[in-house]
Amino acid sequence: MATDAAHDAHEHHHYTTTGLDHKKIAIWAFIGSECMLFMSLISTYLIYKGKSVVGPWPHEFWCKATNTAAATAEALAGCPADQIYKPILNIPVTSASTFVLLMSSLAMVLALAAVEMKDQPLPAGAGLGDRMLRSSKLWLWMTAILGATFLGFQAYEFTSFVHEGLTIKTNLFGSSFFTLTGFHGAHVTAGVIWLLTLLAIDYKRGLGPKDALKVDIAALYWHFVDVVWIAIFTLIYLIQ
Amino acid sequence: MSSNSAHSEEAHEHPTWSTYKWIALWLTLITVVEVWAYYIPAFVASNYFVPALLIMSAVKFTVVVMYYMHLKYDHALFRKLFVGPLIIAIATFFALMFVFRKMFQ
Amino acid sequence: MATTAAHAAPVASEENTGLWSWLSTVDHKRIGILYLYTALFFLVVGGLEATVMRTQLMKPNLTVVTAEQFNQLFTMHGTTMVFLVIMPLSAAFFNFLIPLQIGARDVAFPRLNAFSYWVYLFGGLFITLPILGWIAPNGGWFGYAPLTTRAYAPGLNIDFWVLGLQILGISSLAAAFNFITTIINMRAPGMTLMRMPMFTWMSFVVQFLVILAFPVITIALVFLQFDRFFGTQFYEIAAGADPLLWQHLFWVFGHPEVYILILPAFGLVSEVLPNFSKKPLFGYNVMVYSGIMIGFLGFGVWAHHMFAVGMGAVADTLFSLTTMLIAIPTGVKIFNWIFTMWGGQIRFASPMKFAIGLIAMFTIGGISGVMHSSPPSDLQQTDTYFVVAHFHYVLFGGAIMGIFSGIYFYFPKMTGRLMDEGLGTLHFWLNFIGLNLTFFPMHFSGMLGMPRRIYTYDAGQGWELFNMMSTMGTYLLVVSTLVFFYNFFKSRVSGQVAGNDPWEAPTLEWSIPSPPPDYNFAQIPVVTSRYPLWDLKHPEKTAGVDHSSASIEEVTGAHAVPMHEETERRTAKELGLPMPFPTIKPLFTALFMVLMIGGMVLKTLTPLSVFVATLITLAALMVGSLYAWLTSPLE
Ligand SMILES: [Cu+2]
Repeated sequence: MATDAAHDAHEHHHYTTTGLDHKKIAIWAFIGSECMLFMSLISTYLIYKGKSVVGPWPHEFWCKATNTAAATAEALAGCPADQIYKPILNIPVTSASTFVLLMSSLAMVLALAAVEMKDQPLPAGAGLGDRMLRSSKLWLWMTAILGATFLGFQAYEFTSFVHEGLTIKTNLFGSSFFTLTGFHGAHVTAGVIWLLTLLAIDYKRGLGPKDALKVDIAALYWHFVDVVWIAIFTLIYLIQ
Repeated sequence: MSSNSAHSEEAHEHPTWSTYKWIALWLTLITVVEVWAYYIPAFVASNYFVPALLIMSAVKFTVVVMYYMHLKYDHALFRKLFVGPLIIAIATFFALMFVFRKMFQ
Repeated sequence: MATTAAHAAPVASEENTGLWSWLSTVDHKRIGILYLYTALFFLVVGGLEATVMRTQLMKPNLTVVTAEQFNQLFTMHGTTMVFLVIMPLSAAFFNFLIPLQIGARDVAFPRLNAFSYWVYLFGGLFITLPILGWIAPNGGWFGYAPLTTRAYAPGLNIDFWVLGLQILGISSLAAAFNFITTIINMRAPGMTLMRMPMFTWMSFVVQFLVILAFPVITIALVFLQFDRFFGTQFYEIAAGADPLLWQHLFWVFGHPEVYILILPAFGLVSEVLPNFSKKPLFGYNVMVYSGIMIGFLGFGVWAHHMFAVGMGAVADTLFSLTTMLIAIPTGVKIFNWIFTMWGGQIRFASPMKFAIGLIAMFTIGGISGVMHSSPPSDLQQTDTYFVVAHFHYVLFGGAIMGIFSGIYFYFPKMTGRLMDEGLGTLHFWLNFIGLNLTFFPMHFSGMLGMPRRIYTYDAGQGWELFNMMSTMGTYLLVVSTLVFFYNFFKSRVSGQVAGNDPWEAPTLEWSIPSPPPDYNFAQIPVVTSRYPLWDLKHPEKTAGVDHSSASIEEVTGAHAVPMHEETERRTAKELGLPMPFPTIKPLFTALFMVLMIGGMVLKTLTPLSVFVATLITLAALMVGSLYAWLTSPLE
């Protein structure tokens, strides 16, 4: 199998000015560009925060009959029960999905490490844990499954919001919220497809150190999507 | 964590499982604190809530970028390619918040 | 096969001809030429639109076109000139020149490069063809929402615009990632950043402007698209939306966009001026820094387009100040060009005439731009013909003049033949007089209160003379452009044979045959200064320029050899150079993507099921082509 020398030969197949790979430079430029994309989406959400003329609202109860908002349901005394809409954002569920996405990032770094170390012999007396850390398939699957779980949470979140009376057409909050989180979800979806493609390669011919760069680039994209979620979780969900 | 910074020249040198594990733990911990803070009405009402949350999320952001995206260990070029656009994005964000009277006025 | 004589007539090798070779090409030079021809075609389209408008405005109360047709004409004139002419003409030079100037054999991602071009072509046709049926976009090139939401613009017109710009944005973004990587990673040994030719430098800055500005308009367009197709409320004032959201997002993109349009032209004249003054560029470092500064500050001035909306004193003052600040690096460039010519052995060939034309005309437009930076003054000028005069001086007098300069300069490198000097001079003077006759009177009609975008006007307001002058100037520009095209096509066939280096130029692209062989450089040269070819042929000119050699590792890694001229024309196979395979897959990926995004117009035309089925089919075809592309080997 590939040795260090083969690794080097692959790296220097084409001369580059910086000694770095083209694709890695391109993905970082792409990530820089994505900063502006998500900046525009997040800014719009925040600009429109509190500007919707009707509910439901992200953090407050809303009485449809009187079009008034309050921090608690009790404060809307006199409002018929079927006219009261709950605060839309579901912090416990989203906290769980945030945790899932953070863990997927951990799985992703382990997948990359496993690919990079594939050819190194296991240390003497290696246990099950050491063996697991060498399995790129395990960690790629783990990342993809955690990513898909995040998407499952998002699907659940979206459908329950629709049941609670918020669609993309309802108000400015609905429009900006679904577009922002939808864009993020689309990025996660693309990431899952990318991971599955890597897995297909892994099953077909095995990913080794010579493929580390391929996995690294996918990982950078994946972590960036995670980082965007870190910003969204705080700015959109937690800050009221 | 610090032991790894010695290898900053090597693009493929990176932290190990134990570093990753600790980072994941810290990220989880900060997230727990963030959500916890959300459920303390007195704190939410105070002037410290927003800055505290922003700082915590900035720390998470930085940790993921520096360690998971190994910007800390990688070629300086990548840092420039990321930080430059990030600065413009953050500056534009604040400028937009300013013109829409969401801040400073 | 091998043509050894440096001045033999250029011949195309057999495998490089035929339609298929163009459809499947991944050669940056051929893609550059495709960009050039396509953009020149759209220049004719945009120019004709302007000619019809000027004919309508020649006298008061004419009825050459209706008000609605006039709206479509000015919208498409602006959209065409910005997105389908100036940007792609710049892209033609990015493609053709950047690898040659940095000593590379191609761009970093040759197939992505082909993809960018095909997306541009198909997207350009998508947005242009509707005018044939008078259903073209009609909301201005800036498409202000809520005016462009479904409630106020119910037809297909704006649908074409929103979707078309989305498509063109993808083309620009893909190209930008490609060129950033190329410039960072494919320079010949010894070519440090501060030794790059100025055109490559300005292009480098522009690519960053593209990757940072285009995502913002992408999102603004997504909001508009969602409002129009899916009933979101981003621009719905009754729902509490802010009428300024679009304007802010658009101009966060829009101001960097004007530098995306002008900086490549600045780069081109920065190549031409030293060359025809036979002196190194004055203040190279400062030119680089001011280019970067213009790009960076360009993100902090956008709201100067919006002084009239009432943002308040603080915002007006801040944006006014940053705008005035940006005049400094721009002025620095003007002075450096003048000092480059100072004391030089100036030769007034056509490229030089257009380059000097840029300096003069851009300065006029720049000065009226500084006038707008002051809100009280801007309030008098905004939305009048004064502003039209301003931006035509910077974009026609600046960008287009610079690009013409570049075309005359690089035509011999692209085709192997020189353009006719006499016709070039005629073109320059007709163009120069026509442009001033067209746009200078607009300062006056604007100051007399003539608003932009009106389709006709009444007599007796003092605007007649100025409008007549502008229209006559436009006709003169039509004639001058015809002269250019005649010169272009005539010289392509029978122009004087150029040889490697017809201008005695200093940079790498002139050290190889014209047109260059598909591998560009048989042997990568080692670069030891900013002016490698002058080092070789006119060392006296570069005595004052910093020299040093590249590191041994770099030189051996690139199999580079000392700076030399290449006159032999052999095939890549004979030289044993691996070349990327031609492939049609990027074309198909681009085609299906454009059809998928463009297919959104069906939303209001067909039942939902047909719409969804069409989109899913096209998406599947696109992903299929993409995977076919990604899984086939590059070379
Ligand atoms: Cu501007």
